[in-house]
Amino acid sequence: MSLGVGQLGDRGVSPEALREPAIVARSAQRRAPRWLWIAAAAVLVPAVVPLAFLGARVLGATDAAWQVLFSGRTFELVLRSMAFTTAVTISAAVIGVGAAWLTLRLDLAWRRTFTVLIALPLVIPSYVLALTFLSFFGPRGLFADVTGFGLPSITGFLGAWIVLTLSTYPYVFLIVRSALRRLDPSLEEAARGLGASPWRTFRTITLPQLRPAIAAGSLLVALYTLSDFGAVSLMRFDAFTRVIYAQYAGRIDRTPAAVLAVVLILIALVVLWAEQRSRGRAQYFSRRPSRALRRLVVTGRQRVAAYGALVTIVLAGVGLPVATLTAWLIRGLARGDTIDMRWGAVTGSVTGSLAAALIAMAAAVPVTILTVRYRSRAAAWLDRSVYVVFSIPHITVALAVVFFGAQYLGPLYQSFTVLAIVYATLFLAQATGAAGAALLQVNPHLEEAARGLGRSERSTIREITVPLMWRGLLTGGALVFLTTMKELPATLLLRPTGFDTMAVRIWSTANEFFYARAAAPALLLLAISAIPMYLMLSRLRDPGT
Amino acid sequence: MRGRLAFLFIPLALIAAACGGDDGDSITVYSGRSEELIAPLIEQFAEATGINVEVRYGDSGELAATILEEGANSPADVFFAQDPASLGAVAEGGQFATLDDRVLGQVSARFSDSAGAWVGVSGRARVVVFDTTELTADELPIDESAFTNPEWRGRIAIAPTNGSFLAFVAAKILLDGEPATLEWLRGMAANEAPTYPKNSAIVAAVDSGEVEAGLVNHYYLFRRIAEEGDVVAANHFLSGDSAASLVMPAGAGILASSDKSDAASRFIDFLLSADAQAYFATETYEYPLAAGVDADPSLPPLDTIETPNLDLSRLAEMLDRATDLVAEAGLL
Repeated sequence: MSLGVGQLGDRGVSPEALREPAIVARSAQRRAPRWLWIAAAAVLVPAVVPLAFLGARVLGATDAAWQVLFSGRTFELVLRSMAFTTAVTISAAVIGVGAAWLTLRLDLAWRRTFTVLIALPLVIPSYVLALTFLSFFGPRGLFADVTGFGLPSITGFLGAWIVLTLSTYPYVFLIVRSALRRLDPSLEEAARGLGASPWRTFRTITLPQLRPAIAAGSLLVALYTLSDFGAVSLMRFDAFTRVIYAQYAGRIDRTPAAVLAVVLILIALVVLWAEQRSRGRAQYFSRRPSRALRRLVVTGRQRVAAYGALVTIVLAGVGLPVATLTAWLIRGLARGDTIDMRWGAVTGSVTGSLAAALIAMAAAVPVTILTVRYRSRAAAWLDRSVYVVFSIPHITVALAVVFFGAQYLGPLYQSFTVLAIVYATLFLAQATGAAGAALLQVNPHLEEAARGLGRSERSTIREITVPLMWRGLLTGGALVFLTTMKELPATLLLRPTGFDTMAVRIWSTANEFFYARAAAPALLLLAISAIPMYLMLSRLRDPGT
Repeated sequence: MRGRLAFLFIPLALIAAACGGDDGDSITVYSGRSEELIAPLIEQFAEATGINVEVRYGDSGELAATILEEGANSPADVFFAQDPASLGAVAEGGQFATLDDRVLGQVSARFSDSAGAWVGVSGRARVVVFDTTELTADELPIDESAFTNPEWRGRIAIAPTNGSFLAFVAAKILLDGEPATLEWLRGMAANEAPTYPKNSAIVAAVDSGEVEAGLVNHYYLFRRIAEEGDVVAANHFLSGDSAASLVMPAGAGILASSDKSDAASRFIDFLLSADAQAYFATETYEYPLAAGVDADPSLPPLDTIETPNLDLSRLAEMLDRATDLVAEAGLL
């Protein structure tokens, strides 16, 4: 995300760049105020702890660790994971962009309902999605029970690919959707006016302008996929995380797992490099305030196809898991199980996620401004470290915090505060990603003007920059909230004793085949997460400046 | 516009609000056994003794790693784990206190640590779970060695990353030696044994017709029956006196760093009491190991299982080797 403004548009994306490069270039060279760096450094402290811990472990690595690292199998799994991540990222980007365009640019009915339903798989823990797919398909699966017609089992690469795609495309959908709303519609209108087909307009005008948003969303997809263990292991696809978890389960020596986590970080850096390349050097802001674009009227076969695509996505991502969970619940109730609703788990999930979202939003402000508005090598590394933490398996981060917390944090160890800060650190990339994509669309001339009128650097940031990136920041906060709701590995190890969340309830029950008892908190998690999702999607209307 | 930045102060408020308190008569248990199965038992203990129990539930292996990372500052008083390997890891790290002979004496010595760091609480037998629509019990071999034969290609599932499978491999190293164990693991890999992340996933896969059989612990099938009603999967107890017919205990130990060892030992006494042992027999379908309680009648009695003679304390020291061999065979 470290590409900002100040370069000439090299792909003809934004005519503004060609007109006034001088002013833009000056803004890019401006030095960041020191307090911004101090704030960003403070934000980075919790991210440095796990990285430093891994570094120390690697320095103390045993022979066993190097043997594991240099085995042919490790190399093979790295390649498998990278290929898998590429496949998931491409499919998630296609679905995410396609769904955003269909819901925003066409005159379809129930747009808002579709929008919420399409974003909803984000809140389903990917291992729950995997469990419901396993239970639904197969010769004796739920579908076979109901219809008498057995579907083949979906496992291995295909199953993992479908489940991870469904779990992650909402990242692209949400970030692209919010970018699409902010686009200056005049270019699209001009293209249409000149007789370009909707597809051509989309491909040549809309898509290039969406590149930073697509890249930001795809980056989250790729890093999430890379670090996922629950879903890929249930789907029996051998990924790199599998060796890391196996090292934790099967060894007293914990250095091999640390060395392998560092390999994951290196892969993440490759992904970050690829993202930077794909984003290009163009700029993406407009000088005009955006306004609503007249939606395309589609009829006949095209209309059916558009509805068909949206309904298919919703059925696979929400319909199938909800139907399976409901079937589990009904079967349990019919058997006479009592469904014991733990309200403590609900408040635990909501307060933990809310605190995480607020901390992440606060932390994202200095990081995003530094990386987008004051580009420098240091800012680029600041940005990268945020993404690197997002790509480390949560178990690794959690154990680092355990080590550090038990020695140095005293009563704060296993406290709600530390848990909330760890959540925010794990998911900070989602907040900076969304806020950065928003800020890239803001014309820096607005800030130039404020400075030109005698505003200080600080008051410009406070009164111009932050308000203009506010919507992106809120989207980021909502993403952090929704993903914290389903977080499990760090919660298990770092929560205050007795602190309960819905994700913990789902894990603890489903793990022992208590599917009926797992279904209730899983459905509740969905229902509760749908509320902020709905608010985020319906309240964040066009940027009315 | 100023109002928008007010939220920056929320984290500060949160930090200020943080606190940590300690209750007098209260112990902290790290439990690798699931809340669904164990919480009722813990409530019984709290009611009977008035000792408040704070429980941190998690995965046994991850909790063992947590205790090792925490070192002497661990808030845990008791570690209650699913398998001897996780217990052994903490024992190897020197973080368990030695239990009283009075406690150790309640359980057959073969189910506890030989140095007295932890005591076995309930037993789980390694079995082959199989699909009764595809196989009959007499088609199954007497021990694990036959599963590397070509006729079993792709038909027998394993969970090579799971603690219980790794403990089985560690036991096999102790019983058959490293070369034979590696050869067997290579045979399983060559036979394309389908791999799953854990026992419950194998039982579900066998029951849903995805794979014919799998190497698991016996008690997952009973949970599956309770949840699904009719199942087509059944357990087969191997009879070959090999690692695959080992009975492995879930067990508990007291942390050396605990300053509440009295309350902690009362908790362990309770786990070995007739009430708790009967709970394991009827609710989790495990083998009770103390107080003379019998196993569920649907299980073969513990003394009829032909299980090899093995010092379980040595499993932990073989755990790293077991993981090495599993990796070397290409199963990770």
